[in-house]
Amino acid sequence: MKLLLTITGAITALIGSKSALAEYTLNMTKGITDISQDIYWLHMMAFWVCVGIGFVVFGAMFYSIIAHRKSKGAKAAHFHESTTVEFIWTGIPILILIAMAIPASKTLVDIEVLDKADMTVKVTGIQWKWQYDYPEEGISFVSNLAQSSRDVIKASPEEREAVHNESDYLRSVDNHLVLPVDTTVRFLITSNDVIHNWWVPAFGVKQDANPGFINDAWAKPNEIGTYRGQCAELCGKDHGFMPIVVDVVSKADYAAWVESKQAEKVAEAASATQAWTEEELVAKGETVYNANCSGCHQKDGSGIPGVFPAMIGSEVTNGPAEYQIGLVLNGMGGMPAFRMLSDTDIASVITYERRSFGNNGSVVQPSDVTSAR
Amino acid sequence: MSSTTAAAAHDDHHHGPEKGLLRWVKTTNHKDIGTLYLWFSFAMLLVGGAFAMGIRSELLQPGLQLFEPQFYNQLTTMHGLIMVFGAIMPAFVGLANWLIPMMVGAPDMALPRMNNWSFWILPFAGTILLSTFFMEGGAPAFGWTFYAPLSTTFAPDSTDFFIFAVHLLGFSSIMGAINIIATVLNMKAPEMRLMDMPLFVWTWLITSFLLIGAMPVLAGAVTMMLTDRNFGTAFFDATGGGDPVMFQHIFWFFGHPEVYIMILPAFGIISHIIPTFARKPLFGYSSMVYATASIAFLSYIVWAHHMFLTGMPVAGELYFMYATMLIAVPTGVKVFNWVATMWKGSMTFETPMLWALSFVFLFTIGGFSGLMLGIAPADIQYHDTYFVVAHFHYVLVTGALWGIIAAVFYWLPKWTGKMYNEGLAKVHFWLAMISVNVTFFPQHFIGLAGMPRRIPDYALQFADFNFISSIGSFAFGLSFILFTYIIVDCIRNGKPAVARPWESAKGLEWTLAAPVAYHTFDEPPTRAEILAESQHS
Repeated sequence: MKLLLTITGAITALIGSKSALAEYTLNMTKGITDISQDIYWLHMMAFWVCVGIGFVVFGAMFYSIIAHRKSKGAKAAHFHESTTVEFIWTGIPILILIAMAIPASKTLVDIEVLDKADMTVKVTGIQWKWQYDYPEEGISFVSNLAQSSRDVIKASPEEREAVHNESDYLRSVDNHLVLPVDTTVRFLITSNDVIHNWWVPAFGVKQDANPGFINDAWAKPNEIGTYRGQCAELCGKDHGFMPIVVDVVSKADYAAWVESKQAEKVAEAASATQAWTEEELVAKGETVYNANCSGCHQKDGSGIPGVFPAMIGSEVTNGPAEYQIGLVLNGMGGMPAFRMLSDTDIASVITYERRSFGNNGSVVQPSDVTSAR
Repeated sequence: MSSTTAAAAHDDHHHGPEKGLLRWVKTTNHKDIGTLYLWFSFAMLLVGGAFAMGIRSELLQPGLQLFEPQFYNQLTTMHGLIMVFGAIMPAFVGLANWLIPMMVGAPDMALPRMNNWSFWILPFAGTILLSTFFMEGGAPAFGWTFYAPLSTTFAPDSTDFFIFAVHLLGFSSIMGAINIIATVLNMKAPEMRLMDMPLFVWTWLITSFLLIGAMPVLAGAVTMMLTDRNFGTAFFDATGGGDPVMFQHIFWFFGHPEVYIMILPAFGIISHIIPTFARKPLFGYSSMVYATASIAFLSYIVWAHHMFLTGMPVAGELYFMYATMLIAVPTGVKVFNWVATMWKGSMTFETPMLWALSFVFLFTIGGFSGLMLGIAPADIQYHDTYFVVAHFHYVLVTGALWGIIAAVFYWLPKWTGKMYNEGLAKVHFWLAMISVNVTFFPQHFIGLAGMPRRIPDYALQFADFNFISSIGSFAFGLSFILFTYIIVDCIRNGKPAVARPWESAKGLEWTLAAPVAYHTFDEPPTRAEILAESQHS
């Protein structure tokens, strides 16, 4: 019944509000790096080769179907062998393939071999978000699916408009990766848990993030703009909900961004030494929880039986704070370590978990987390 | 004279099928076992199809409507596993059981008791696999390729049942393959030479060697998973010195031959049907045999083209790109030979021919996208998108499944002794042909536009084509209800068929009466009979 409703709803939506749907594309993006444009060229070259072969093969087949049919009085010939013909249609495809392999090899080598990069960004896949580290600039942050998308994922058929009105639904994040234009960036890609894949179509970069290993890729974006991608390797429950957003900005804007990020870091560190009130911690903790924890433990803390433990009435959230701090910092079993979050974030999310969902645990201060590290 | 009398006297002692349900449990008859395999695979096709309907319902519109993401992942995983191991592979083994002994003039399979066992493992393996849906934590949700560590450290407890089911399915396949090799090489009529064998027999013989080579590797992969999960090993865990990418190498060393296991027998089937309805001998019989053998060999040395993004060294990528592109050559030869068989024929378009022609057309489209995927730099943009989903559904649905359906219509009169309803069967063909393209063709576009596979919800720019694809899939799903009706109607009410319902059909199976006797070829066919029924005379 629910399915029937969905289908009718969808048909009405499609007929009624065609304009609400975003513009679709038919083809691969050309992208904004030399490499992505080379890839696009290879793709189109291979496509037209296939169209050409298809024209010949299907042409012969359909001609035969139309002309050599019994109803038209066609009499069957009896030839059934020709070594010459077999050689020809073995040889010609080989020549075509060689012609295709030459430019493909050149592009492949260009992609894989990088002499010198201007800067490095470390990309870490985490179920289900991305962490970006700029080792030279000392910047580190986590990038999550934007709350505005998260809020409408489960909109009922009647509220479907909400999804259509959400710009860049499922393709927007809270913290964008920021890169300077005309700069060769080396990406070091790894994972904290399962295999993810960091894919930005406009860069022509798609690389597996393997736990325990570091892969590299590179891009030199030529145009300022915002570019979107997604995780491209099944990584568990919320694989569909870990998008990538990159802002390519001018070099001056990039320098300003780096400065503001560094100042933010100093302010964060200062705030961690203060004592916070429970209300402040819970309020901040809710945001951190929804972005980082609700994917598994659910927004209402109920978890998923047998897979993800519940927060409600749990021994962890009602027991000693030290144990929970250690758990969040170091991870356990399927749960990743959350060391990349700031002390304030960890203290506030733990406090939120211990003081919400009907739990009655103690309040945790950022300084508690600092000393536990 | 005396030999005739002896044969007649001997016939009196022959048993027909046993009465009652126990016949099916205890049977060692290749025809009975073929029937069991075919019905089992059909049931699994419907189960896997139901999962596909669930997947497409969720993807009808952006937003999560029906399922939690975790359950959606269980559906995609089980859809893949059930279709590959439950539907396509057993269907081909069923066809092999029915047809190979009749095609090589043998009285039965070489190892009939093992034949019974290799079938009866399947329902239990299938039940174990499906029962994981009802376990705590749900069914496996890591995709049919079950990459570690998602399938080891991060998987639900039901994964151990999945591992056991895969082991059982592997036993069954290996036993089936051994049986086919033994039957073809030892039981074929003494007067039949290898190069007299029909192509379905040839392709299955080669497929059997692929099965024997590939299935133990799969068993190895799941066994390593089992010990990683339960006994503290770290084959695929970097913290213990292992490597998750090694899992992919082992998996695809099985997985790539596996895709040819699912297509080579279909090549054989098509090579029977096209000559029959073109009324012309198969063009290039021997080059077909050599091409099949080349594909089988190449299938073992291209596995890492599924892994271009794992961080392979550039030399490895270049090698796997070249080797992959090379497979297009023998595959192309097969397509050219089929078209040359049609050329200057005298064609008619009965249902099996419609399926066969549709196979050549749509499988070739799947081959084109396969060639594009083989170009490693372009694969960076295609990998794990709906472009790949479109590609492998074109080769597996309109390739492997199309071959099976074509075979069912082609040999159904022989199996049942009755004719199906030709008009309805044509309606069914056109319904399936149109709806399958409405389902899968737009997936090329959404893939190129950037939609990853295995996601339960998507960005708005993918909405239009997903909607079209879902509507197509519902129509395609419905076409199987019509298919079921046509088959059941044929078995129950079909008009009696003659021994050779297709006037130009060649092959020893057509020399047998319709409906075919329970035991056939007590006496092997003579050299003259074999030559008269040969595909290349």
